[in-house]
Amino acid sequence: MKKITHFGLGLLLSSSLVTAHADDVKIGMITTLSGGGSHLGVDVRDGFMLAIEQSGRDDVNVLIQDDANRPDLARSLANEFMQRDNVDILTGIIWSNLAMAVVPAAVRQGTFYLSPNAGPSDLAGRMCHENYFNVAYQNDNLHGAMGAYMREEGYERPIILAPNYPAGTDALAGFKHLYEGEVVDELYTQMGQTDYAAEIAQIRASDADSLFFFLPGGMGISFMKQWESSGVDMPIFGAAFSFDEILIKAVGSAAIGARNTSLWAYDLDNEANHRFVEGFREAYGRTPTLYAAQGYDTANLILSALDVAHPDDQGAFREALRAADFDSVRGEFRFGPNHHPIQDIYVREVVEGDDGEPTNRLLGIAVEDIQDVYFEQCQM
Amino acid sequence: MSVTLLIEQLLNGVQLGTMLFLMASGLTLVFGVMGLINLAHGSFYMVGAYATAAVTASTGSFLVGLGAGIIAAALVGALVELIVIRRLYHRPHLDQVLATFALILIFSEGTRWIFGSSPMRLSPPSWLTGFVTLPGDTRYPIYRLMLIGVGITVSIALYFLISKTRLGMRIRAGESDREMIGALGVNISKLYTLVFALGAGLAGLAGALVGALQSVQVGMGEPVLILAFVVIVIGGIGSIKGALFGALLVGLVDTLGRVYLPIFFRTFMPPSEASGVGAALAAMLIYILMAIILAFKPKGLFSAHD
Amino acid sequence: MTNNTPLTNNTGLSKSAAPGVANSGLATQPDNHFDRKGLVQIVLLGLLFLVPVAAYFLGHIYYVNLASRITIIAMAAVGLNLAIGYGGMVSFGHAAYFGLGGYVAGISAYHAFNFTPFMTWPVNVPGSDSMLVVWLVAILVCALLALAIGAISLRTTGVYFIMITLAFAQMIYYFANSWPTYGGEDGLPIYLRNGLPGLDTNNALTYFLICFFGLVLAMAITSRLMKSRFGAALTMARLNDVRLATAGISPYPIRLVAFVISAVITGLAGALYADLNGFVSPTMLSWHFSGELMVIVILGGVGRLYGPLAGAVLFVMMETLLGGMTQYWQLFLGLVLLGVVLFAKHGVMGWLAGRERNE
Repeated sequence: MKKITHFGLGLLLSSSLVTAHADDVKIGMITTLSGGGSHLGVDVRDGFMLAIEQSGRDDVNVLIQDDANRPDLARSLANEFMQRDNVDILTGIIWSNLAMAVVPAAVRQGTFYLSPNAGPSDLAGRMCHENYFNVAYQNDNLHGAMGAYMREEGYERPIILAPNYPAGTDALAGFKHLYEGEVVDELYTQMGQTDYAAEIAQIRASDADSLFFFLPGGMGISFMKQWESSGVDMPIFGAAFSFDEILIKAVGSAAIGARNTSLWAYDLDNEANHRFVEGFREAYGRTPTLYAAQGYDTANLILSALDVAHPDDQGAFREALRAADFDSVRGEFRFGPNHHPIQDIYVREVVEGDDGEPTNRLLGIAVEDIQDVYFEQCQM
Repeated sequence: MSVTLLIEQLLNGVQLGTMLFLMASGLTLVFGVMGLINLAHGSFYMVGAYATAAVTASTGSFLVGLGAGIIAAALVGALVELIVIRRLYHRPHLDQVLATFALILIFSEGTRWIFGSSPMRLSPPSWLTGFVTLPGDTRYPIYRLMLIGVGITVSIALYFLISKTRLGMRIRAGESDREMIGALGVNISKLYTLVFALGAGLAGLAGALVGALQSVQVGMGEPVLILAFVVIVIGGIGSIKGALFGALLVGLVDTLGRVYLPIFFRTFMPPSEASGVGAALAAMLIYILMAIILAFKPKGLFSAHD
Repeated sequence: MTNNTPLTNNTGLSKSAAPGVANSGLATQPDNHFDRKGLVQIVLLGLLFLVPVAAYFLGHIYYVNLASRITIIAMAAVGLNLAIGYGGMVSFGHAAYFGLGGYVAGISAYHAFNFTPFMTWPVNVPGSDSMLVVWLVAILVCALLALAIGAISLRTTGVYFIMITLAFAQMIYYFANSWPTYGGEDGLPIYLRNGLPGLDTNNALTYFLICFFGLVLAMAITSRLMKSRFGAALTMARLNDVRLATAGISPYPIRLVAFVISAVITGLAGALYADLNGFVSPTMLSWHFSGELMVIVILGGVGRLYGPLAGAVLFVMMETLLGGMTQYWQLFLGLVLLGVVLFAKHGVMGWLAGRERNE
């Protein structure tokens, strides 16, 4: 299975040399493979390619390009895929701001876009489109679910924290929407902030009984390390974006005990998931993250629709996507009217694994069949 | 707000300031002695953190890792000076900016190639975890106190190095008159390599120490690099004293601004809006400070070249 | 290693404000390499024009858009080159004007699309989807901002100037990043490209021609400006401002005007870039972009009229080609840049067209 790791790279190199047959399908993947936060893009790519490999189909060509987390470059790559390579489907973007740069124009030009990660509220609501499908989550899903979970668990005075940018303010709004009670305080940090001493002191000075934070990537690592050494004794909660398997290994013991909401867990008991987790570990030698799971599901959704129709037959292919007739690794999966998932959100706890390293353990379901609140604004 | 919160935030500001000083002192030395503007200084910070993380993971000792981090950063610095930087000394600043910008790309992607895209694990050693209780029931992490201690120690050591030793004498001579020390028969290329490696080593030390509190990942040096530039420009480029003063000023203003600006706006705005506006203004605060200082003192507060 | 060479030119000591870009030529001087240089310039501009036109009629829209991107970035670099190359003002913050021009296009289109006014007090200002209005506003806004920033920054010299321009750009970057009205970090999409009377701006070739016209105009303005008395004064301010002062001309206002013109050109390029991408975001304001613009100017050859064009062609092509080959493409980009600065001291144009002066 070693060859699969080289599969993506091989495709990268041959991207302009592919001589496609008339009924082959071309998929363009724009994802973040360099710079900070590139482990998300690497996992989406690897999960996606694993599914393609497992399907054994050789009529699906995947072209992969690195957007370096830059919106203008992502836009240019999308043009390259659509106008030069004539891809049928675009996918791969990790970040909301890049999705906003690429998706509206791409779907208007008649290309299908399937999101394996980002789910900004505009694309779920007033800017939704019949050719846009989100296979991951709407950005609010995980935060809202944690709000509901913390209310049920009886926490009465949460303090909440996020970076001061659209996804951050949306996250806190999403949390409050389903928490339904008063929060002690909401703190906003700078984007990319590395030192949280000031915020931790404020949290300590408040009379909160729990902390919910949304700090994706490196920000979450920094925060949790500093939180541990501060000696504040308060249960912490977050969304999976700060607690994927790679991040918590970098955080170390500081992450133990934190609970987080996720749309998937590697120890989720269903057949598709066993096949995925085992296949991924065998191919890449590591435990997959939720991003890999989302990439894997995206690929399998595409493959299921390809069994019904070729993307050239737009109407039929779209209906096949909408049906979502594939075995999702997260159990049940279906689309709402705005082509965003209606799905269960799980709660996981970070525990010490058998090897002494922190790992996530499934606790249960936080909210069943969660749906975003924007679908009413969507007119397709 | 309570006094204990204020005390804690002052400590946090000083701690941020001391770490900025470790970065800024190297930058300002290199500029003062060699006239070089080095954008790649943040890369040594990253090298220090990665080396410390890798060695700590394999030996299990943070101190050994820390030593390795400093040495690795200094060695990489010396190597970069020998291969690239010394060709840039009598080039215009513009060429220096381009070459060191290119070095950032090379270091960042090279590090990713070697260590992968995932962040590295680096935590404070167990004997430095936990906190102490200060008067007024303020709990303060031991590790951060240690950072302040290291910062002060390095400042004093630098002071002695520069004012009392032969090397320091040459550095001072180089700052005030470069032609002169050449004429005096000092081996300038060795001096330059040494000064550059010293600066890189200090950056590596900062990266390693701060890396244990933050995320060790590719690109971690860039935000701190920009801050360090703000520091040395405020303090006056080439002046160690200016770097120390600028670092503490930036550390305090940044920390206190982040806490007290949202609180201030909350006195006359709805809380959620106040948090947003306050955070936005706090992000701009040190740049506003820098613009104001330069508007009145175009060469910084303690310019070495005036 | 000639390490004991005097280095005074690189310090804040040197009175000639400009961190010496002395090896770039006087535009007014007669040129010894006219034939070779002229040929290279004609080929460069001709290719930039002919390749996209040919690509369009062969049905390769992608290459037309790629050419538009190169043209716009070249135009932004032409603006920066006026400051750096001709004026000796090493600005590390030109992304501020590029992004601001972009935001003018974005915000104007946003209000036009939503039929909401930009402001209602003291006068009602509606949005607009006309490029002419957008350009006019972009010129005004960028000029005002550059006037303010330049007035403060030009009091400093050398590295201080580099850093204070960076600081101002960072301020605007953080502001755009955290101000929610126009999307914050998510940026602002432009659903419908702004229009020009009588033209279909959505046509890729038409849009390329607009950008091409903009680039040629910017280069023509730079050329005319540098041949005028103003240009002579600016050159003198760069080379020896004391002599300029003894001639009774204060260098400060000369530099300030050049800085403002430079910012306006870059700002207009930003407005075009936003319309090309149908999108504007704080990344256009980031220090990385300022750095890239500088890289393009130096890559092409500082203080050369065609330098920014050559630099932009090379930079965007490298980005596109390397990006398709390996995920570590930025490493190789860095190596190429380092090679250029170490071994091709006068940029691509210096290499292709010969040195500018009797150096």
